[in-house]
Amino acid sequence: MGPDKNLLERWRNADILLLGGSAGSFKLLFHIVKSLLPTLNKAVIIVIHRKKNFFSEIEKLFAENSRMSLREIVDKDTLNKNTIYIAPANYHTLIEKDGTFGLDVSEAVWYSKPSIDVTFESAAEVYRERCIAILLSGANQDGAEGLLKLKQSGATTIAQHPEDAEMDEMPRAAINIGAAQYILHTDEIFKLLQTE
Amino acid sequence: MTDTSVIISSVQIAELIDLVKKFHGFDFSGYTKASLKRRVTRIMQLKKLSFYDLKHILVNDPHFFQEFLEEITVNVTEMFRDPSFYKALNNQVVPYLSTYQHSKIWCAGCSTGEETYSLAILMREAGLSQKSFIYGTDINTEVLKEARRGIYSLRNIKSYAENYQFTGLKGSISDNFTILYDAASIHNELKQNTLFSVHNLVSDGVFNEFQLISCRNVFIYFETELQERILELFYKSLCHLGYLCLGSKETIRSDAFKKKFKVINQKENIYQKVGT
Repeated sequence: MGPDKNLLERWRNADILLLGGSAGSFKLLFHIVKSLLPTLNKAVIIVIHRKKNFFSEIEKLFAENSRMSLREIVDKDTLNKNTIYIAPANYHTLIEKDGTFGLDVSEAVWYSKPSIDVTFESAAEVYRERCIAILLSGANQDGAEGLLKLKQSGATTIAQHPEDAEMDEMPRAAINIGAAQYILHTDEIFKLLQTE
Repeated sequence: MTDTSVIISSVQIAELIDLVKKFHGFDFSGYTKASLKRRVTRIMQLKKLSFYDLKHILVNDPHFFQEFLEEITVNVTEMFRDPSFYKALNNQVVPYLSTYQHSKIWCAGCSTGEETYSLAILMREAGLSQKSFIYGTDINTEVLKEARRGIYSLRNIKSYAENYQFTGLKGSISDNFTILYDAASIHNELKQNTLFSVHNLVSDGVFNEFQLISCRNVFIYFETELQERILELFYKSLCHLGYLCLGSKETIRSDAFKKKFKVINQKENIYQKVGT
């Protein structure tokens, strides 16, 4: 079954694609990044839980496999379409009204820095209905509250189907508080992201 | 858990900035608004205050402002945060500092002192303890008291020890502490090389000449215009060919200042003052 018409229209109209994931989402995000079309016409923001001092080569690996330009966020970077932005480790990523990123070293949220909640909430305030957000696999509840804020502000919210998620706690938490307007299987997510 | 019921508007933030400036003389207008909003929301949740209550208490309770200041500014810090930065500093800047009879270092926005002591430890490891002095400054008197005390929880020290391992520095971080129960107290020998005092980057000026200024993860809370004003302050506070260190995700964007500061390490954001 393909994504429904309403969702497709919302997808086409969105300027910002937000992706949040934790444990069990890395491989999936890698394939998503690989599949995204260079003509996407959206800014993509990825918040994935990662440890500090863990010199992961996420950016390098993702960049080498992406057809879009990709960068790790630096303070005051401007959001541009057709670019993938990755939230840096040991900072929270916020979005300012003027369309720039702001970073923050304050307390971890749900033991996480970057926290998905923080970025989602911030995006909800600035971009509202222009956002489409997908919450993927993860082993804690970060992201659920942020997804709810997005929904309340008019954004389109999607949770990965818990049956498909390697760790289902994160999407399940979002579904339980009514934050997800759509619950999609992994193949449906890919289909949506491929839609022009 | 965030309380979804507290929603504060940009207009209210502007109102609060005006009020704080008028009654307490602190100017937050150049601070980034998304972060400020988040901090104010947090205070309201923590203290169970409505926006009206918050304004009232800010005007009428003289003790509350100090607490407000502490909450509104982010005081999360670590020793040896970003170990690769300290490694670069040790390799690229310390040799320069060692050529001075005496070098002065300014740790701007030092919070509870962890970074200032990290620099003190770095200098000690380089054998420059007797030839260097570090000034730690912050807007906030309460955090400076903690910095002077130099007593940190043992739980945090464990994570600092992990950072330290990655710096490539010799010795062990525990050489710098006396451990008593669940606390670690910085050795007096290190404290003797530091001085903590109040300085507001927004409103205070040059107070000394430095060979090195470290101001890490402070600019992220400032809008570009304010960043540039402070870059000018740092420029004036540095000696010829002095070094400036920003946070790993902070960068100099202005063309004017790119000419005044040469990039020494792109990844770690270490700059050197050039020109006059």
